[in-house]
Amino acid sequence: MLDFPAWKNWSIWLTVLVCFLLAVPNALTPSQIAMIPDGLPKSQLPLGLDLRGGSHLMLEATANEVEKAKLEGLEDTVRSELRVAEGGAIAVSDLSINRGQLSFAVGDVTRVDQAVAILNKVTAPLGVGAAREVSVSRGSLPGQIILQPTAAGISAAVDGAMAQAVEVIRKRIDELGTREPTIVRQGKTRIVVQVPGLQDPEALKALLGKTAKLEFKLVDAAADPEEVAQGRAPPGSQILPVQQGGQVVVKRRAIITGDQLVDSQVSTDQNGAPAVSFRFDSTGGRRFAQATTENVGKPFAIILDGMVISAPNINEPILGGSGVISGSYTVETANELAILLRSGKLPVELKVVEERTVGPDLGADSIRAGAIASIVAVLAVSLLMILTYGRFGVYAVIALFINIIMILGIMSAAGFTLTLPGIAGMVLTIGAAVDANVLVNERIREEQRKGRGVIASVEVGFREATRTIWDANSLNIIVAIIMFLFGSGPIKGFAVVLSIGIATSVFTAVTLVRWMVARWLTSARPAALDI
Amino acid sequence: MPLKLVPDNTNIGFVKLRFLAFAFTIALTIGAGALLGLRGLNLGVDFLGGLTMQVEFKAPPELDTLRVRVNQVGVGDAALQEFGKPSTILVRLPLPDGDQAAVQRVVAKVRKALEKDYPGVSFARVESVSGKVSDELITDGLWAVGLSMLFVAVFTWFRFEWYFGVSTVVALVHDVVVTLGFFALTQLEFDLNIVAAVLTIIGYSLNDKVVIDDRIRENLRKYRQMDIKGIIDLSVNETLPRTVMTSVTLLAALVALLFLGPEVIFGFTAAMVLGIVVGTYSSIFVSSSLLISLGVKAKPLATEDKRAAGAERVG
Repeated sequence: MLDFPAWKNWSIWLTVLVCFLLAVPNALTPSQIAMIPDGLPKSQLPLGLDLRGGSHLMLEATANEVEKAKLEGLEDTVRSELRVAEGGAIAVSDLSINRGQLSFAVGDVTRVDQAVAILNKVTAPLGVGAAREVSVSRGSLPGQIILQPTAAGISAAVDGAMAQAVEVIRKRIDELGTREPTIVRQGKTRIVVQVPGLQDPEALKALLGKTAKLEFKLVDAAADPEEVAQGRAPPGSQILPVQQGGQVVVKRRAIITGDQLVDSQVSTDQNGAPAVSFRFDSTGGRRFAQATTENVGKPFAIILDGMVISAPNINEPILGGSGVISGSYTVETANELAILLRSGKLPVELKVVEERTVGPDLGADSIRAGAIASIVAVLAVSLLMILTYGRFGVYAVIALFINIIMILGIMSAAGFTLTLPGIAGMVLTIGAAVDANVLVNERIREEQRKGRGVIASVEVGFREATRTIWDANSLNIIVAIIMFLFGSGPIKGFAVVLSIGIATSVFTAVTLVRWMVARWLTSARPAALDI
Repeated sequence: MPLKLVPDNTNIGFVKLRFLAFAFTIALTIGAGALLGLRGLNLGVDFLGGLTMQVEFKAPPELDTLRVRVNQVGVGDAALQEFGKPSTILVRLPLPDGDQAAVQRVVAKVRKALEKDYPGVSFARVESVSGKVSDELITDGLWAVGLSMLFVAVFTWFRFEWYFGVSTVVALVHDVVVTLGFFALTQLEFDLNIVAAVLTIIGYSLNDKVVIDDRIRENLRKYRQMDIKGIIDLSVNETLPRTVMTSVTLLAALVALLFLGPEVIFGFTAAMVLGIVVGTYSSIFVSSSLLISLGVKAKPLATEDKRAAGAERVG
């Protein structure tokens, strides 16, 4: 038990050395880190938002919204695919979206089968063996066809929408100029955004909470005002609220959407008020030119997130592929809209369901208080150990310091974040590490009292105590893993430090201390133990 | 001469004290349970939903005026609490009606109102949680505590015998209930951090019990003639120096954190301190004595003789 072959010596100290090198960057300034040669570890332990200040936001999308968007997409598919059907366009009518289904009627009843075949083909799954994403079936009415996304289809749509949403959010936050945002998906319909060092999260939330779906639609001037007043729009049209108040009837089909925007900037309108200018890509520009040429003299509506911003008349064809949106904007709100349009629309509406913001001052206070408490805790524990176990206590304290360095090293290398509960976990690990040594030392004391010799006491002490230490620590690892799996936020940070700390503390408190004790025993050959 | 917190060769009759200890433990558990039932926990935003703002004022504000001002925002009754120093106030508001995003609108409103009325005010911490998320956090928390108890029971059963599993879990339930009772009594805010604390208490209380159980098992093999009461007393006494030393060291570290550490984790450390004390008590007085009531016998298995004999050969 006290023999350490050369390979063991080497591997023990190599492990310590590696962890030490991993921890070193934490003690250096950025300019010193820049001088570290390539190949050596450079990463520092990142601090959690609770320590350095910042905002943590959890955004959630509703699956219903995605389903609705998918059905709207299907509506476009139906129109465009059946228009170019073999043997002439198939006329469709009564397109409606209801209870998660898209239904429509084919005018020529003899061509229903052809329509079903076409739709089956265009909605066929892409991969071999992939599940169908849309089911196409015939309805009960003559000529009626019903399209319904399958569970697999909805799930795939949600997945795609969320992946796209992450990208859009990244663009928007980058536009704010904040550093190192963390944007990760959590579960099926959630995205967690963490932005360090942000004093006022309101601007961020305003930016993330908007879908920014821009649409240009023709105003339906033929609608019966009486019907509209009762909330009934003519077929193919819809009633939308106007930002300045009131409502307006527009055609459901958009002549163009914000998807084809390439740029958007703050500018001024004719009166010098802040406005937002935009530019389409070449296809978008052509479509915009065509639509405006065909509809000169008629009004069209500029719609953002289902709200009509303005409904100007098309005085002349707009050929340059660019335009200006004016409304009652301030420089700030115009800038916000420009950012939103530049970074694209969110494929699905996101809502903030959890916010945790910590001001930088509080974070700094926490670091200071946490550091002082940790130092005092280490000192108190060291003093107790040395007073109680003498030389063996000194070994335990040396192991304790190596343990702390190892935890920091492993956490920096693995890219874990140090949070406030993490510091608490560190302090607890100190206690746990010490416990291992207490077990060993108490056992050695006991064996001595029973009259065993020096070497035998130490051997039995380490062996018997090690078994207990393994039992106890495997249980603690179980608890830590459960905490990590089920806990959220603060609990996770705590569990990470605890798990790493349990592993390193068994190594330092048992292996390292035994190494030190063995060396001392073989070189000094003490006749009695003062323990 | 090294310091010894517990003198050598103690021989305290813990088993004899067990009925007293059981009575005390049951009374403590019932008391804590009653407190929980009557006063309930002061659940934080993590579990109730709603919002908490830690607001730093330039000068200590008049609490009544502030309350009126926050209530005027019209989102429900505000609970105000001094936090660490008089110019730092914790403002808590309940979950507003409406959709998931309603909490966010309230946050913005309260921010604006306070910034207008108290120039120079700063928001050190804002936490808001919607109803759906807080429900999930409750479920997750219960799962975490329940599952760890279950795994502990299974592991102890597997590693030792079933009665060790039972006695350990009974003692752990006592530890958890008493800790929760403490939170009901003091009305310290009960949030996610406290769940982490409770899980850690389970972990460490367990540590203590495993160490003693390990020794009981070892002594059961070693002293076949001794009766079970004698073995338990011997084992608890033999491990007593370790139990006390570890608890004292842990407490030394935690007390440093409690008084010098950041205000935000005060509840967390308070729970830990109490948990260590309660856990140590239940390890010494409850879990091992309970083994007798469960009917553990000093009858070692034949297959384990070899290991026990091996331990004796050394030296």
